Amino acid sequence: MSAEPGGRPFLAGVRPVIRKEFRQIRRDPRSLIFLLCIPAFLLLVYGYALNFDVKHVPLAVCDLDGTQASRDFSARFSATEYFDLRHRLSDARDVDALLGREAVGIALIIPRGFGDDLAAGRETKVQAVVDGASAMTATTAAGYIGAIIQSETMRFTLEVLERRGRSRFEPPLAVETRVWYNPELRSALFLVPGLMAFILMVIVVISTAFSVVRERERGTMEQILVSPVRPAELVVGKTVPYFLISLASAHIVLLLGFLLFGVPIRGNYLLLLLTMTLFLTGGLGQGLFISTVARSQQVSFLISILTTVLPTFVLSGFVFPIRNMPVAIQVFSYLIPARYFLVTLRAIMLKGTGLGAFGKEVFFLAAFAAVSIAVSMMRLRRSGLEERPRRLGRGRRGAGS
Amino acid sequence: MRQILSVIRKEFLQLRRDRRMLPMLFISPIVQLLLLGYAVDLDVREIPAVVCDLDRTAASRAFLAAYFHSGYFIEKGRADAPGAVDRFLDDGLASVAFVIPRGFGDDLAAGRTAPVQLIADGSESQSATVGLNYASLIAARFSQRVMVEAFERAPAAGLRPVRLDAEVRVWYNPELRSRNFLVPGILGLVLMVMTLMLTSMAVVREKEMGTLEQLIVTPLRPREIILGKLLPFVAIGLIDVILIVSVAASLLRVPLRGSVLLLIVLALVFMLTTLGLGLFVSTISRNQQQAMLTAVFFMLPMILLGGFVFPIENMPRFFQAVTYAIPIRYFFTIIRGIFLKGVGLPELWPEAAAMLAFGLGIFTLSVLRFRKKLE
Repeated sequence: MSAEPGGRPFLAGVRPVIRKEFRQIRRDPRSLIFLLCIPAFLLLVYGYALNFDVKHVPLAVCDLDGTQASRDFSARFSATEYFDLRHRLSDARDVDALLGREAVGIALIIPRGFGDDLAAGRETKVQAVVDGASAMTATTAAGYIGAIIQSETMRFTLEVLERRGRSRFEPPLAVETRVWYNPELRSALFLVPGLMAFILMVIVVISTAFSVVRERERGTMEQILVSPVRPAELVVGKTVPYFLISLASAHIVLLLGFLLFGVPIRGNYLLLLLTMTLFLTGGLGQGLFISTVARSQQVSFLISILTTVLPTFVLSGFVFPIRNMPVAIQVFSYLIPARYFLVTLRAIMLKGTGLGAFGKEVFFLAAFAAVSIAVSMMRLRRSGLEERPRRLGRGRRGAGS
Repeated sequence: MRQILSVIRKEFLQLRRDRRMLPMLFISPIVQLLLLGYAVDLDVREIPAVVCDLDRTAASRAFLAAYFHSGYFIEKGRADAPGAVDRFLDDGLASVAFVIPRGFGDDLAAGRTAPVQLIADGSESQSATVGLNYASLIAARFSQRVMVEAFERAPAAGLRPVRLDAEVRVWYNPELRSRNFLVPGILGLVLMVMTLMLTSMAVVREKEMGTLEQLIVTPLRPREIILGKLLPFVAIGLIDVILIVSVAASLLRVPLRGSVLLLIVLALVFMLTTLGLGLFVSTISRNQQQAMLTAVFFMLPMILLGGFVFPIENMPRFFQAVTYAIPIRYFFTIIRGIFLKGVGLPELWPEAAAMLAFGLGIFTLSVLRFRKKLE
């Protein structure tokens, strides 16, 4: 530690601030428990509850043909786990009402003459009416319909060929599909890193968002400012306790992800620790910055929620692919640290790749951390040196009126 | 009544005193809606793909063209050897790889089964999964076309290809724009976040600053204090709803087919639940930090479990049951119904009733708690 002109080693004032913060945290055990346990709790709930798999879409079948062929065909749909047959209709006009009140998501209409047409090799069309209001489910379900129709076509073709005695028929293509990093396509494997980034960001920012503004609102900021503690020491002292708490919280999430959902850490743990440190520091810096900007805890809460919850959820690439976004929004997403964190998390945990694959992201995380801490330090210094006289003056005026 | 008005005046004065507060309350919802409204897009298109074509024949090119003309995939690179696709997937440059082995064209021409390989990055968002489904579908189409061609080339046997197709009609959202589904959801989320946050801090703030005692010793009745504190938030929420609905319908061009009036009335019913919940949080917290954490603790599950992105039907049964206790679930159905389907109270009354019941319940509970605190 080098001595500063002030005659006191740099950062010597940090320890008392840390001690004070910890005492404050201890005095409020509910907040501590929340900070430690909300991430784990949310991971549990989300990990079990959420997935993108589209299954058991309620289906209505309107079979106007009523032949063996049409019955076989519609049975194919209800036999899969993708569709649940809920209604059989005899009139195609009933489809409207069923879709309108969301009793079914898809209605399949088999026209009269389906069986005959098929046997005669005439062009046969069935109709699928899809509730497009939930676009993602509809897209996937429409895909399933297409796939079932394709496989049915293949089956009918083979039947025709067999009847003609040409049983040695080979399908033209054999598509071998392989999924890397997540062979069973388990939702948990890509949800857990995303949830981790999302939950940690929110928790970390709100944990320091109150730190300065609370002191200011209660009037204890003046006491700190007249004490010999420097702004840098104040910032470090206020972040370190929450950094440790959030790091612990992140590890609980990692552990739970591994134990309950089998989410591995295939890459280097130290690298993971590094990126977590950068990400958490950046989030804490953001919270601190908000705290120096806001005049009241209420505003601070508003800003931190508005800048973390939805932006992190939507713009980090967790659920919504960034490449789909308009360019202006894509540019904006570069300001969301969770975006980089998510890339590194997926790379380290699932792909097991090294720094070469995500060096850029680590750099951005480091830059974000450095900038957010530096800016809040600057703001603290300013509010300490300049705003104080002004605020005192205002107070006197208020007292006189 | 006059008493309530004076509390309302006091609340507004307090809001105004912080000059950052007002823009936060009215401009930030719009900014959020625009930012997120343009960003939420789950449509599967232009999935980055890397190609390893070892065959390099007209047939393999036709096969690949079937992918890239579909609009679902976009070619981001070529690999000379199957092993070289690794790098693209590792670095996240491509989400899908198509590997066509040597002899693909010959196999097809000879009527042998031609193997192709499809590799997908399973670590990325669900678009890879959906992309995989599309890729298989396109391969199936291609293979059907090959068969039809083969049949046509050998008509002597008297064989006709089976031609079966589906005509898919999509209702309410014919272009299947996921934005139309998600933007109404953002309206619900922003409204919830704003009102829940404001209320959860409202009472505890006075408690922390010691001004609650002052309020108690005034001749105001608890009922008047609560109403006076909450009505400004109702007004703010209402203005936000109107702002957001107009921006969503005009700038983001989400079809608004139903009654705006009904939407506003039901938004008020929804606010009953968020204000009640906020008040509840306020009464069980000792300071603002606790209130904030508790509010977040309630808010985050509602955001993800309410059905904003992740369909409730896909959740395990237990969690589906849990979602019935999440008021925003009903509000999502209501806003989407009014926006996209143009349905009215005849279809939506169960949701409205559930919200009303929940709102009245939590409201009564928190008012009782608040009263007890005061006395």
